[in-house]
This record gives sequence, structure tokens and C-alpha cells, in this order.
Amino acid sequence: MKSIVLYLQVHQPYRLRPYTVFETGEAHDYFTNPVYETDANNEFIFQKVADKSYRPMNALLLKLLNDHPEFKLSLSISGVFLEQAQQWAPDVIDSFRQLVATGRVELLSETYYHSLAFFYDRREFEQQVQLHRDKIREVFGVETKVFRNTELAYNDEVGQWAEANGFAGVLAEGWDPILEWRSPNYVYRPQNTTNTGLLLKNYQLSDDIAFRFSDQAWTEWPLKTDKYRTWVADALAGNNQLVNLFMDYETFGEHQWKDTGIFDFFEDFVASYDNDSEISFATTSEALAIHQPVGELPVAHTTTWADSERDLSAWTGNNLQQEALKYLYAMQNDVLRSGDAGLIADWRKLQTSDHVYYMSTKWLKDGDVHAYFSPYDSPYDAFLYFMNVIRDLRWRVMQHHHIGGLHG
Amino acid sequence: MKILMLGWELPPHNSGGLGVACYHMSKALAVNGADIDFVVPYEAEHPSVDFMRIHSATSVFPLERYGMGAYDSNMLLERNLSEADANDLKDMRGVQKRYVEFVENLVKTVKPEAIHAHDWLTMEAGVRAKQLTNAPLIVHVHATEFDRSGELNGNPVVHEIEQQALLMADRIIAVSNITKSIIVHRYNIPADKVEVVYNAIDTTSFDPYDYDYQTYRYLEALKHEGYTVAATVTRFTVQKGLTHFVRAAARACEKYDKLVFLLAGDGEQRDELIQLGADLGISDKLFFTGFVRGKKWRDSYSVADIFVMSSVSEPFGLTALEAAHHDSALMISKQSGVGEVLKNIYRFDFWDVDTLADQLIAIASSPSLARELRQNVKKEYDTISWNDVAHQCLDIYTKMKNGAIV
Repeated sequence: MKSIVLYLQVHQPYRLRPYTVFETGEAHDYFTNPVYETDANNEFIFQKVADKSYRPMNALLLKLLNDHPEFKLSLSISGVFLEQAQQWAPDVIDSFRQLVATGRVELLSETYYHSLAFFYDRREFEQQVQLHRDKIREVFGVETKVFRNTELAYNDEVGQWAEANGFAGVLAEGWDPILEWRSPNYVYRPQNTTNTGLLLKNYQLSDDIAFRFSDQAWTEWPLKTDKYRTWVADALAGNNQLVNLFMDYETFGEHQWKDTGIFDFFEDFVASYDNDSEISFATTSEALAIHQPVGELPVAHTTTWADSERDLSAWTGNNLQQEALKYLYAMQNDVLRSGDAGLIADWRKLQTSDHVYYMSTKWLKDGDVHAYFSPYDSPYDAFLYFMNVIRDLRWRVMQHHHIGGLHG
Repeated sequence: MKILMLGWELPPHNSGGLGVACYHMSKALAVNGADIDFVVPYEAEHPSVDFMRIHSATSVFPLERYGMGAYDSNMLLERNLSEADANDLKDMRGVQKRYVEFVENLVKTVKPEAIHAHDWLTMEAGVRAKQLTNAPLIVHVHATEFDRSGELNGNPVVHEIEQQALLMADRIIAVSNITKSIIVHRYNIPADKVEVVYNAIDTTSFDPYDYDYQTYRYLEALKHEGYTVAATVTRFTVQKGLTHFVRAAARACEKYDKLVFLLAGDGEQRDELIQLGADLGISDKLFFTGFVRGKKWRDSYSVADIFVMSSVSEPFGLTALEAAHHDSALMISKQSGVGEVLKNIYRFDFWDVDTLADQLIAIASSPSLARELRQNVKKEYDTISWNDVAHQCLDIYTKMKNGAIV
């Protein structure tokens, strides 16, 4: 039996409000925008996306799970998403619970704060993975078994870390330069591991849905189920084991609006595999159990699922981003030893990768995507607000330790 | 003596120092007996002006469209006034044409004994008024196109307007020797036609004011920890030389860590400066406020220990006097005119990043030096008054009226 492994990423950051130098040392409510109807108001955005995506898509997923016993999928839900949902949309939490309760929706492990901490501080990273594990257990009563790092950021060390920490597998981008002559449609093994699997995103088929589905300039538009099924079948021809369709959950209803037909397409696609004798849906854990790794895959340089470079440059590519992250992680010890839960949580919320993503100054096609997701007028605004918040955190650290140590 | 004063803005409808200078100069002239008709290109209330008649050349709201254009001539369409549409008041040339037409009408009833035109914006109207009235034309140069465009040549249309008016003028007032030198060398005007009259500062015009420590609470906390705040309060344009300031900031921080830099204001160069700060790795040393006015604007001066004017070309630079009034030590580029009237300041070539860094460290690391500079410069600017400026202007009017050969 061959597998379709569908994994959807569920995440919303705590965006910073426009936070000025005049508020530094005065106000600590960086994540609360007094104006409701703005793209820098987290509750406003959450409700908007909930209406367009989380509510209708969860209803559809539940219906599909009920109607089609073969249907399965995996979700990775960030801790900061769960916090916001609990605060503003408990019904959304309930609908995710209903999905998980079917037993055919696997929840993946990630960092609670959707951070890039793996590349900055291993201890901080592990704490955030643990926080996420605890949160998933608390909300859903299940354990996570497969790991996916923020933005699918992966290298050999991530794979080895996952094995050392008991994960059955890790997710990564099936990017050609790391695959070379290989196909993404097999299970691999991270370099120098024996016990953990590597699932690689088929970016062609994933992005056909996530990015190109409603693109009328695309030669394949409009995309219908029959055509897409043929592509999936082609990808699974010969000895190929599985197709990994990895994408943002918000593809359904938010990135691709309802009127593009995305929900209907998805429903048709899932239904079309009823009683299929060769291909069926599998969760990540099942796929790793069913299919034997065909070999080790070395990934020396970090890959991600973003931008045409598929590296970390969307988050750490320019000097603004590097500055911001430098100052952020430089305060780690002082923040943690304060023992102040609110301060630590705020500091960790700043680690959410979206903040530096908004500071990206890439142009052309990628820049468009960055601008689409950013609540700010420019990457320079994003940077200034972030820097002012960093300073306020320093202020709070100083208040806490009752000693000097403010920096510029 | 009846004076026709041609200006572009007056407080509170000003976008910069030109309006402030025109206001105080006119007020002091009125006190000394001048009878002034002052033309502005917009229509608005001027509650603090009861010493002269203000005429509105158009009914446009101040600064509605063209206001910032008083300083930024890049946006100007290149064409003669005769081709401009006087009905298009969103276009600078359209407004200027209307301004000229208004002045043509005005001089049918108002018979000036001298015409005093401020900067290129009103120069065409000044020349026209001189043709119609035979009154002497005094062109007052607060900034030339060379200043506004930084190290570039600027807009050729603006340059041409300036050139014509400087040739036609009976007398030229420059706000500093730097400006006089530009007029002489770049516009080929005989030096003896140009007189230097420095701007002054009227500290009594500042409302009673208490510095609010909460405005820059974080900076105040840094100062408490021994940090020195070096500030600039300005428009972020190439004229202001701020990239040199940021580079000097980075150089200074290599040697002396307890320095931070406040960049108060906004402008087209903001993103470039933020980027430069990040490139140099000193982003957390730079504080960007955005556009400030009112109390926050004054607090920006007050929080500063050092005020830096790094202008590439600054005809005068009134903000330096404002900073001195608010107790800052001054560092002024040699290319800024205000430096000619002050002795108790540091000066540097705008491009000389090392010297600028050196001076920053010197003041920051020596409280007594900082105190000396602050106290002494305050005594200096107190002696410069708008009353003196008025006397110099009246002298010029009188000589011109009497047909003096200059």
C-alpha cells in the first residue's frame, strides 16, 4: 500500500503592535493593539482567519473523517496558536479536539513558540519542545511522536537530535539540491541515525495546492481532482512509497479563499480515494511504520520550506534580522534567571519566527509573499518596533535584578 | 517704511526653519517701525501675528499638497512659469504662478519702498514686483538649491530661477558666509552685492516648559547608568549628512560603549539609516522617534547631552540654537552656517567620521567638558537677537531706497 501523507501547519504569531521609543520603559503590552480592526491586532486577525479558515476547514475535516474511514492526516499546532485560540475562540479548540478524538489525526511535535531556537540555543530549544509537548497533552491528551522544526528547518543535526530524543521521525523539505538524483517520495534516514525516519515534502505537488491553486496565469489552472490524482499517481509510480503533502493549514480558506473552490477540490480529492486498493492516506507515524527507509540522506546545510532559496535567509538573511536575533538571544540568561513567568513568556514570544520574517528585505517574488504576511508598512518598521520591545525587555530585566545593565 | 515681504510660510503653518525666521524677522522689523505686507501662498489663521498685514495668494489650506516642497525641489516639474497652470494648486509651479499673479495685483494698491523676497519659492514674484514698482529688490537666501540637494547639483529649473533673481536683485542677504560663498562661486554674483545677516533665536517665544522625564523614560534610565545621549533633530534628507553621523556613532562605540544616539525626525533617508545601523551592528544604540512636534520635539532637545548637526550643506541651522537653549553641548559641521556665530562648540567636516567620533567620545567621557560647552554656548546665543537682524535689514532698505551704489 502506498501512502498520501498530508500534514498541515497551524500557527498564528503574537504580532507586535506599533511600539515606539516613547513607550519603552512605560508600557509592556507589546502584543495588544488598542485598535481592533488592523492587521497588527492579533485578536482581529485570529477571528478573521478563524472565520475564513479554521472554522470551515475543521468542519470539513470532521465531515471527511466521518464519511471516509480511510482518511487521515497530521497537524502541527504551535503553542502560541493554542494560547490565542483558547483566549479568543474556544470553539476552534473544541473543533480541533473533535478531529483528534477520531484517532486518525496525528499531532506533531514542534517548538511551543514556533521559533528558530534550534539554531541559537539548544537548551532553550529543548525547553520549548517540552512546553509544546506539555501543552498538547493538556489540551488534547495525546503524545507527540514525530518532530517538525519551525519552517521545516532541517539539517543532519536536527535529525540526530530527533533520534536522540526518541522521535520516530522528522519532517523536511524535499529540496532538489539535497536530494540530487533521489526522489522525495521515499522514507529516508537522517545521516548517522539508525532509528528515525525522514519524511520529505513533495514541494511540487504541495505547492500546486498551497501556492498555485488559484493562480489563473498558471497553465494548469483550474486544477481539478482528476488531474491532480494523475499527478499523485505519477509520483507514486514504480517503487515510490509515499507522497508527502505538507502545507500551511491556512491554505484552506485564507491563502486560497473559499471562492477559489479550494474546499470543494479538497473534499473531492479525499473522497476519490475511497476503496482505493493501492493508495491510502496515512499519518506521519503510520507512514514511518509502514515504509522502510531506503537509505541515509545527508543534509549538511540547513533547508527550510520558504522562498526560492529554501534556506534560512527569509529569517536571518539580512543585517536587520541578524541584529534583532543577536540582541534577543543575548538576553537569554538574564531573562531566564529572573524567574518572572510573564517576562520569560514575552521574551519567548519574540522568538516566533514571524517577527524576523517581517523584516525581510527580499525583493521580487519572495518579497511579495513576505509583504502579504506582514502587518507592517515596511520591514524597517517591523525592525524598529522589535528593537523598542527588546529595550523594554531590558528595562524589565533591570527592574527585576535591581542592578544596572541596560544597554543602548 | 513700507516693505513688501514675500514669504512661503509662517508659524504655525511652517514645515521648517524658513517660516520661523520670516516670522521673527518681520516682528522685529515691525517693532522698529517697518510697515509690512507679507504674502503667503495659502490661506489660514495666524493668531500670533498682529504686527503686519498677511495676504493669502490662494485659498489652499497650508501644506495641503505642496508644503513639504518648500524644501524638496526634486518633485518639481521642469517648466517655465508661463507654461504652468495657475489653476492646478496641487502643483508647485501652479501655486507659484498664482502667487506671482496675486503679487502683480497687490502692487497696484500697495506701493512698497522695498521688496524683500525669501528663497527661490518667491523669487519670481519678487522680480515681477520690482519690474512693476521700481522698488529695490532684496533677495534673502536661506538656502540654495545646492544646499537642498546635498552634494548633488539639484533641480536645474530651481537653479535657473535662483540665478535670474540673484542677478536681478539690488541686494542679496545671505544667512551665513557659507551661503554667501555659494552665491558668489556657484552663481557668479559679485561678492560686494551680498551681505551676511545671521539668523537669531528668540528664546522668549518658547512657551514656559517643563521637561517631561517620562517622554524618553528609557533614555533617562540609560543616562542614569552613565550613558551620554547624542541627538539630532532634523529631516532625514541627504542634505543633513546623517549617514556620516551614524558611521561616526559606530566608530565612537568601538572605543566608548556608553553612548546612545537619538535620531528625532523622519524623512526619505530613514530606511537607509536603519539599514546602515544594522549593517554596522549598532542598531540598539540608535533610537528612531519618527516625526516629533510640540512637547516631544522639545523633550528631544532636552534629553540630549550632545546635539550633532552633521549637515553636508546648511546655510544656517537654527535648530542648533534651539538645542543650545535646551542645554545641549553642540557639535556642528564646518559646512553649517550657524557655526560661524558660535565659538564654544566643536566643529568637524561633515565627512570626517573619525573626528566626529573623537569629539563625541571627548564630550561623553568628560563631564566637565560637557558642562563648559553647555554653559558657554548659552551665553553666546543669548547675545544674538532678531532686533540686530532688523537693524541690519533696515540699513539695507534705507541704502537701497536712497539709491546707494553697492
